[in-house]
Amino acid sequence: MFFGQLVLRGRWHIVVFLAPAVLVYTAVMIVPLFNTLRLALFTEVDQQRIFVGVQNFRTLFGDPRWSESFWNALGNNFWFFFIHMLVQNPIGIFLAALLSHPRLRFAAFYRSAIFIPTILSFVIVGFAWKLVLSPIWGIAPSMLDAVGLKSLFAPWLGKEGSALTTLALISVWQFVGIPVMLIYAALLTIPDEILEAAETEGITGLSAFWKIKLPLILPSIGIISILTFVGNFNAFDLIYAAQGALAGPDFASDILGTFLYRTFFGFQLQLGDPHMGSAIATAMFAIILVGVCIYLFGIQTRIRRYQF
Amino acid sequence: MPGQMSRARRNPVTVAAMHGALIIYTLIALFPVFVILINSFKTRKAIFREPLALPNAETFSTIGYQTVFQQGDFILYLQNSLIVTVASLFFILLFGAMAAFALAEYRFRGNMLMGLYLALGIMIPIRIGTVAILEMMVATGLVNTLWALILVYTAQGLPLAVFILSEFMRQVSDDLKNAGRVDGLSEYTIFFRLVLPLVRPAMATVAVFNMIPIWNDLWFPLILAPAEETKTLTLGSQVFIGQFVTDWNAVLSALSMAILPVMVLYVIFSRQLIRGLTSGAVK
Amino acid sequence: MTSKTHALAAITATLLGTTALSAQDVTLTIESWRNDDLTLWQQQIIPAFEATHPGIKVEFAPSAPAEYNAVLNSKLDAGSAGDLITCRPFDASLALYDAGHLTDLSDLRGMANFSDVAKSAWQTDDGAATFCVPMASVIHGFIYNKDAFAELGLEVPETEDAFFAALDAIKEDGSYIPMAMGTNDQWEAATMGYNNIGPNYWGGEEGRLALIAGEQKLTDEAWVAPYAQLAKWGAYLGDGFEAQTYPDSQNLFTLGRAAIYPAGSWEISGFNAQADFEMGAFKPPLPAGATDCYISDHTDIAIGLNAASANAEAARTFLDWVGSEEFATIYANALPGFFSLSNFDVAMEDPLAQEFVSWRGDCNSTIRSTYQILSRGTPNLENDTWNASAQVIKGAETPEAAGQRLQDGLASWYEPQQ
Repeated sequence: MFFGQLVLRGRWHIVVFLAPAVLVYTAVMIVPLFNTLRLALFTEVDQQRIFVGVQNFRTLFGDPRWSESFWNALGNNFWFFFIHMLVQNPIGIFLAALLSHPRLRFAAFYRSAIFIPTILSFVIVGFAWKLVLSPIWGIAPSMLDAVGLKSLFAPWLGKEGSALTTLALISVWQFVGIPVMLIYAALLTIPDEILEAAETEGITGLSAFWKIKLPLILPSIGIISILTFVGNFNAFDLIYAAQGALAGPDFASDILGTFLYRTFFGFQLQLGDPHMGSAIATAMFAIILVGVCIYLFGIQTRIRRYQF
Repeated sequence: MPGQMSRARRNPVTVAAMHGALIIYTLIALFPVFVILINSFKTRKAIFREPLALPNAETFSTIGYQTVFQQGDFILYLQNSLIVTVASLFFILLFGAMAAFALAEYRFRGNMLMGLYLALGIMIPIRIGTVAILEMMVATGLVNTLWALILVYTAQGLPLAVFILSEFMRQVSDDLKNAGRVDGLSEYTIFFRLVLPLVRPAMATVAVFNMIPIWNDLWFPLILAPAEETKTLTLGSQVFIGQFVTDWNAVLSALSMAILPVMVLYVIFSRQLIRGLTSGAVK
Repeated sequence: MTSKTHALAAITATLLGTTALSAQDVTLTIESWRNDDLTLWQQQIIPAFEATHPGIKVEFAPSAPAEYNAVLNSKLDAGSAGDLITCRPFDASLALYDAGHLTDLSDLRGMANFSDVAKSAWQTDDGAATFCVPMASVIHGFIYNKDAFAELGLEVPETEDAFFAALDAIKEDGSYIPMAMGTNDQWEAATMGYNNIGPNYWGGEEGRLALIAGEQKLTDEAWVAPYAQLAKWGAYLGDGFEAQTYPDSQNLFTLGRAAIYPAGSWEISGFNAQADFEMGAFKPPLPAGATDCYISDHTDIAIGLNAASANAEAARTFLDWVGSEEFATIYANALPGFFSLSNFDVAMEDPLAQEFVSWRGDCNSTIRSTYQILSRGTPNLENDTWNASAQVIKGAETPEAAGQRLQDGLASWYEPQQ
């Protein structure tokens, strides 16, 4: 079919270039994934797999026991993403702007240090922050005490109102290195001529930043946003490592990833239900796809206009 | 302040403020790692009594490391992790660059569709395909071999690699390639000799982005290759962090040992990463 | 099917090939969630077995408890799981048996050494087939710091009133946190809280079976009263207990900073290694007016045979040995707090373990209320109980509201409760 046409026209090399990636990717990723997603249309009765059409989706959205969990997880997921956008982008731009300053001493050191949390595993990040924020071992409380703010301390990870935001901030801490690097790179690639031209017109300092640099790094911020979106809606590990599969307290930190895991693989006495799990995964896939499409067709095309 | 970076004026106060801000953030970034490292060298009591104190003659202890080394063959685990990570990166870069080149260079029907198809994988958590993947590995006899992991990570890394690399490939000058074609070079030679060297920095970027999740993954090693001979370092350290584990000496030591190699790897790649990013990176 | 056999042969070959054994040797792999017991298996249990059974090698391959079910199910579905499967009690294992992953072991010789009660957690609902060899049960109660109690002149509380009086006294003195427990991980609140003290209120087996039969409801006084007790616990826990994790609680107690630890007997070996003060244990305090005491003596762990195992013969030999007195003695003494379920009179040396097991003589034993049958559906009663117990201790939900919520959840899928 697809490859066949290319071969017929004597464009073998395109096939050769594409084949290894397409084969490995299709066999090891796409086929298993769609085999799994297909399960969303089935259910199991007495060890028999039977086709039920969209029944699982009806349960997921119609049965309040399922839909409440789903909407809770989805809402939490959006909050998780919102905190990322709100915190990570300004910090990313700020740090990148500092780093991109010409002739800044120790720039390489700062760059590496800021990136180090990104290379740590979730197990390490979850454990380290639980230790730091623990009300028992007192690293955070005693540090706040040292600056006279002990009263501000609360067991953040254990409170319904603050658990999810705390986890989102930990996640930002872990991944802010990526936005910093990407924005840093974008800032460095701005041609000197543009800045010099602006300077001769009296646009310097802050206004040069707002009027010239920011528009030029918008495409990078767009890419960062969409990567963050996809990452956040697939996120699972940090919350699982810090709060467990029940995403406590009282599901306050439950996001789609933990909800999917709990349903698909089961948890403690709850048996895994691959059929409902696949229905959730399909819903997640749809949400991410919509988000990516909005970015590709809505946002990216507009951002492009600013480009030189 | 971001704006105050005109080259002409170098106000010492501004410079100090910049360093101040960067140092504060560096401390925030490194603090938890620092806490883990210092406490891994302390006695249990000292960890809890003064978690922030440096180990001294009285509180110094390597008991955690001793436990860790008794429990497993960490050199072997490290070796497995290295093999899996390096091999996966090699295939991701090779296959990814080839596919990206095809998509960026040639106009053919279905190009756009193929690009979308290859990007699809970024959007679904591969974890849900676990059972099907495991069935396939069992059927092919690859369970409990490092190949199983390498294949999965390669497949998992390809979408982003193709996505990023094809952006770069589009920027490679057409003149260069056409000159090569006039000289009678084959498409393969053009790709390997002319184009690949030009996008090397971009490949480093892809390598770093893929290296981290591969190195830190716990799930697939646990399912596909849990045997003692194929355990990865992350899986090996996980032995200590279960529901019933309170041996924080061992936990902290295992964590420290998992941190170190990946830091070394990062330092090796970081120069390339910066070059890759700054030569036009992800736009 | 042939491809599956091929695959199995291939795996077996790789396993055998990589461990470099002589041709006749069979290697059995044990799947388990007990990664804490790794050294114990490697250094005591396996050598003891191998010494008397030449030609069979055993490998203990645990994964972390939280991932065990997911990992095991994936491996079983794909056919790459080990020969021997450590069994969770009740439905998790029953589902494996129903799906054809576990073999019926009713005719195993060693099975004769277990009582019906011991086997009940690993049987089909009609009791016709037993599919795992019982290994151990765990008993709930409270472990306390003897030195602290002596220092404050406290007696071991027998009744609920005495229990809270003791907590008040410790709190007033201020040198110890009265009780070490947190709600971050949720399961502590349900397992060491609700199911620890609960049997005294619902009358052990009687109440548990009545709930299964649909004769009692979770909104009944007997089932809400334990929540009313838990609601009072919050005041005696450490600062910030909402974010306190299970390891935090363990460390608080073993470092001597807390006086009482709501416990499961499985803590004993870990605590022995880490605490440098003398520990004692007391059973769940009696509610006012009650005379009979009930304890949670929960059938916790067993081991079964993977139906797809290529080494079924050798695996059965091993399982027979698990049913022997030799195994019972090694296991109970190496892991004080995991009490043998066999009929053998196993001598235990650990004083704390002896204290726990002595309650079997004074009180009626029962198992955790949520484990049999009631956690088969969605919402899952056990998982909901975790959540409810944590919420009640934090004061975020009233005992009555918690009871109502659990009852509604259970009734939504469990017919006898509708």
